[in-house]
Order: sequence, then C-alpha cells, then structure tokens
Amino acid sequence: MVRRYLRAGNLAVCALLVATFLAGQVAIASGWLNPYYQVQLFSMGINVILAVSLNLINGFTGQFSLGHAGFMAVGAYTAAVATTRWGLPFAAAVLLAAAASAVMGLLVGVPTLRLRGDYLAIATLGFGEILRSILYNVDYVGGATGLLGIPRLTTWPWLFALTVVTVLAVKNLVNSTRGLALKAVRDDEIAAEDAGVDTTRTKVLAFVLGAVFAGIGGALYAHYFFVIQPTTFSFLKSFEILVYVVLGGLGSITGSVVSATALTLLSAALQQLAALRMVLYGLVLVLLMIFRTGGLFGTWELSFEAIGQAWAWLFHRRPPAGDRAPLTAAASSPGSATLPDLPEVTRDGAPQDR
Amino acid sequence: MTAILQQIVNGLSLGSIYALIALGYTMVYGIIKLINFAHGDIYMVGAYVAFFAVTLLSMNLGVALLLAMLAAALTGVLIERIAYRPLRNAPRIAALITAIGVSFILENGGILVLKPDPRAFPDPIRWRQIRLMGGSLVLSTQDLFIVGVTVAMMLLLVYFVQRTRTGRAMRAVAYDMQAAALMGVDVNRTIAVTFAVGSALAAVAGVLVGLYYNRIDPLMGLVPGLKAFIAAVLGGIGSIPGAMLGGYLLGVIEALVGGTQFSLFRDAVSFALLILILLVRPAGLLGRNVREKV
Repeated sequence: MVRRYLRAGNLAVCALLVATFLAGQVAIASGWLNPYYQVQLFSMGINVILAVSLNLINGFTGQFSLGHAGFMAVGAYTAAVATTRWGLPFAAAVLLAAAASAVMGLLVGVPTLRLRGDYLAIATLGFGEILRSILYNVDYVGGATGLLGIPRLTTWPWLFALTVVTVLAVKNLVNSTRGLALKAVRDDEIAAEDAGVDTTRTKVLAFVLGAVFAGIGGALYAHYFFVIQPTTFSFLKSFEILVYVVLGGLGSITGSVVSATALTLLSAALQQLAALRMVLYGLVLVLLMIFRTGGLFGTWELSFEAIGQAWAWLFHRRPPAGDRAPLTAAASSPGSATLPDLPEVTRDGAPQDR
Repeated sequence: MTAILQQIVNGLSLGSIYALIALGYTMVYGIIKLINFAHGDIYMVGAYVAFFAVTLLSMNLGVALLLAMLAAALTGVLIERIAYRPLRNAPRIAALITAIGVSFILENGGILVLKPDPRAFPDPIRWRQIRLMGGSLVLSTQDLFIVGVTVAMMLLLVYFVQRTRTGRAMRAVAYDMQAAALMGVDVNRTIAVTFAVGSALAAVAGVLVGLYYNRIDPLMGLVPGLKAFIAAVLGGIGSIPGAMLGGYLLGVIEALVGGTQFSLFRDAVSFALLILILLVRPAGLLGRNVREKV
C-alpha cells in the first residue's frame, strides 16, 4: 500500500511543490516580490481554485453552470462573518465556508441539475443573482456596502496549500472510478445511465464539490482583499471564471491552471483598461468556439508521462507512445492504478449536448 | 385597490419593453435553439443609434426609430453571420459561450467607443397626464404611446409570421430545419431574416426605454436582456404570443412587487419565477411540451 504512494513521480511532485512553496515564501518574506506582484500572485491562486472547481462541473461533468460566483459569495460571506463577527480562527472560517457552500450547492444542485444544457446555465445564473439580491438586502452582512475591514488572514502558506489541495483533489477525483462516471455523464447521459451510473448522484456530487472549492476560493478572497460587496459576485464574475475554463479547455485541469494564471496577469496588465480586457475576453470566447472548441489544451494534461513522450519524440525521434503507455508514476492515482484496462471514455473536450 | 391598479398601469410600460425584447429571444431560440445573450445589447445599439440620429443629425423621432431598427437589424444579421453560423452544427453550449462572448464585445466595445457615462435621451414629445377615477389613477400619454407602439409592432410581427412567404419559411425552419431545406427553403436567409426582425424589435424597445427613463448607457442591455429572457421562458420560449404574455406578466409582477415593502427583492423575484417555471413547467405558459428524443 505505502509503496504505491512512494513512486518516483509522486516524490518528484512533492519535491516540486515544496520547492515552489519555499520559493514563494522566501520571495514574499524577503520583500523581493513587491506588494503589487503579491496581489497578482494571490489573485492567481484564487483564480486557479475557482477555474479548476468550475472545470469539474462544466468540463468534466458537462453540467453547464453559470452560478459559480454565487458559491464564491457564500464562502466569502460565511468566512468573513465567522472571523469578524464571531471571532473564529481562520481555519474554522474556511471549514465553515466550505460547509456552507456545500449546503448551498446541494440546495441549488438537486432541483436544477434535472435541467439540461442552456436551461441549466440560465437557472444557475438565476440562483447566483437571487443570492446576490439577498446579500444586498440583509443588513447583517452589510447590505449594499458589503463587509468591510476583514482581516488579512490569507497568507502564502494558506493560499498555496488550498490551491494545491483543490487541484490534487479534482485531479484524483477525475482520474478515479467515479471520475469515469463523471465523464460518462458528460459524454452521453443516457448511455451512462444504461451502464449503471447513478447520473443524478454523480451530477450532484460534482456540483457540490465544485461549490465547496468555490466557497474556499471565496473565503481566501475575502481575507485577502479586506472588502467584499454583493457587486463583486455578480454573474459577470461567473462569466470571467468561465473564460478561464473555456480558454484552458473544458476537461483539462492543466488548461484551467495555465489560463487562470495567464489571464490574471493579462488583467493586471490591462488594469486601467477594464473594458478593453472584457472585449478581449469576448473575442477569445468567440474565436475559440469557432476555431478550437476544445480550448487551448483540449483534455490534455501535463504529466511526467506526457513530458517523457515529448522528450522521446524530440530527441529520439520515436513516435509518441500509444495511448496505453505503461502506467508510470504520473498517472498513478489509486483509481487508475486499480483499473488500468478500462477503455478511454473521453471522446473530445467539448461536453456533448443534445 | 387603486394603488394596485396604478402599479399595474406602471407595469404595462415596463412589460412592453420586456415583451419587445423577449420576442427576439423567442424567435431566435425557436429557430436555432440558441439563447442569444447578445440580444439585450442589440437593444442598446438601437437606443444609441436613435440617440445620435436625434441629437447629431437632428432627425425627428419617427425617422430615428426607423434608422435604429435598420441599424439593429444589420447588427443582428452581422453577428449571426460571423459568430453563430459557423457553429450551427456545434454543441449548443458552444454557441451559448459564443453568445456570451459577443455580449462582452458589444457591452465593453460600447464602453470604449461611446464612453461609460449615461446620456440623456432627448424626448421631443410633450406627454400629458390623464387622471382617472377621481384623480387617484394617473395615466400618462407616454404609457399609452409605449403600449400602443408595442401592440402595433406585435400585430405587424404576427401578420409577418403568419401571412407572408418569409414568415411561413421561418415557421418551417423552426419546426424542422432539414425538412425545410429539402423543401427548398433557403435556411440561411430565413435565419438571417429572423435575426433582423428580432433585432429591429429590440431597437424599438431601446428607443421606447430611452423615452421612458430618459437615460441610456452602454450596459443598459444587461439586466433587461436577462429579464426579457425570463419573460420569454415564462411565456414559453419559441412561442410568439408566449413572449408577449410573458413580457407583460413579468412587467406587471415586477411593478406589483416594487410597490410593496419587498421592492428591493424585485430582481430576486423575477429570477425565482424563472427557476420555478423551469422546474415546474419548462415549456412555459403557452409552449408545447416536446418529448426528448433518445
């Protein structure tokens, strides 16, 4: 058992993560990374969390949600109230935020996930707006002014740990047996049901987990930027997260991470030109859908296997190994290790819709 | 009692706007099954064209309205040609994402080109107040004008869809695109006409709302666009009478909620209505239930 987790690849990933963490810690503590870049770094982490969690719902499960900002708001407000009003420690606030988002995800998901495609999109958008309207009118959470003076408790270790947890959790989930069920629901819901997948349960599971991570992202956001307002979490925020996911590729965690990072930098560069940025986002969406529906990365994932194949192709002129390369460390989540011979379910990046 | 009646009267103007925009949504959805997120922004384009026609070119309002309809129709056709036509056989979600993108471009392009500040829409007509029921019910000639124009447009549309060749082609394509093509209907042209007509109606709504609120801004299409979509779903998306009914119903409901102490929850009520109708009767009030084919 233990040995399975001690493969070279996993150890290498751990080493890489520790190195990244230490590099970030040193850069921040030594002041080498000035406050402006620190803000960008923290935005990146939060946006990666939001993008990866939305990708779980939209990309891997094919349930098109436009309400992600709503779950982010639930997490942000819950955590902020927990620390400022109830005086709870940050860890408890994050847990509460996750729990509250899970409950909200369940409440929204159970009725709406019966809807398909564009109807689901518009219903989730509606839920996000209803939630915002409620936040707007409840004085306990500050109404239109929102909550001010939230302590800055989102530190680099917190941000780094939670970002890594989100990415790894989603990665391991989609590579597990249950992940196959998610993709099956996306590719053909009726066929999945015939094959014995409990489609409702699968969809709700993905939706609730996505909501939980969005809530965690919201908690981090609230405790980094001091202020949260209902307007922060409008459906435009959901659209923004959607752009990250679509650009990276519906169904590629690598894509979500890369595009959330890159677009955070782009928006920092265009801070004075918010409208221009949105025009660019619009163009990105239109051009991607017309010319490359799968996004930049399709369903491709970065792994040691993929790097190895690229290496072999580049330097040994060997054609990339077939799709069934021996299980190397990178692909060794418990699920895929126990089920090496299941056929590939994924057909392409775009979720099928009937 | 008169207070409620007054709210209903107020709701009719708002409902007219929703109904006019909802018609475009419903026609486009009926024919290519796309939620045209950019439709609300075409309404903004119409309002701005009329605004510049009146202020810069000092046209009279009637001519400005026609120009706005023409410009909006052109915008709609152009968007369809560039953004939606290449995706006609793609998954519906791909087209929906494209529509969101087009909406981003129009709204923020509008901010870049037209400046984000609201502008005062000129109102050349002197409206009068009509007092009914011993003065407790106030009716403006403006309300009558808005409702009158809306109803006239709807009658024209119904005539167009039911009685003309092109209208028949539209119904045929909406019913079965492939079969219509086999019968010699020019599908591309018919879809373009649908976009043109829907967009022209949105432009009328834009001009009317300019007269009603006296202010326009580049993001004015955002919320009414969503509301009109709710209206279209409420009435039964794909159904033209449904869009009218849904528009007026939503307008009146919003005005009634606005008259109570829950007025701040007006938007929430509209969206709640949307979710309720999607869950209980997804075909809408006047829509037909379509069995899903396996």
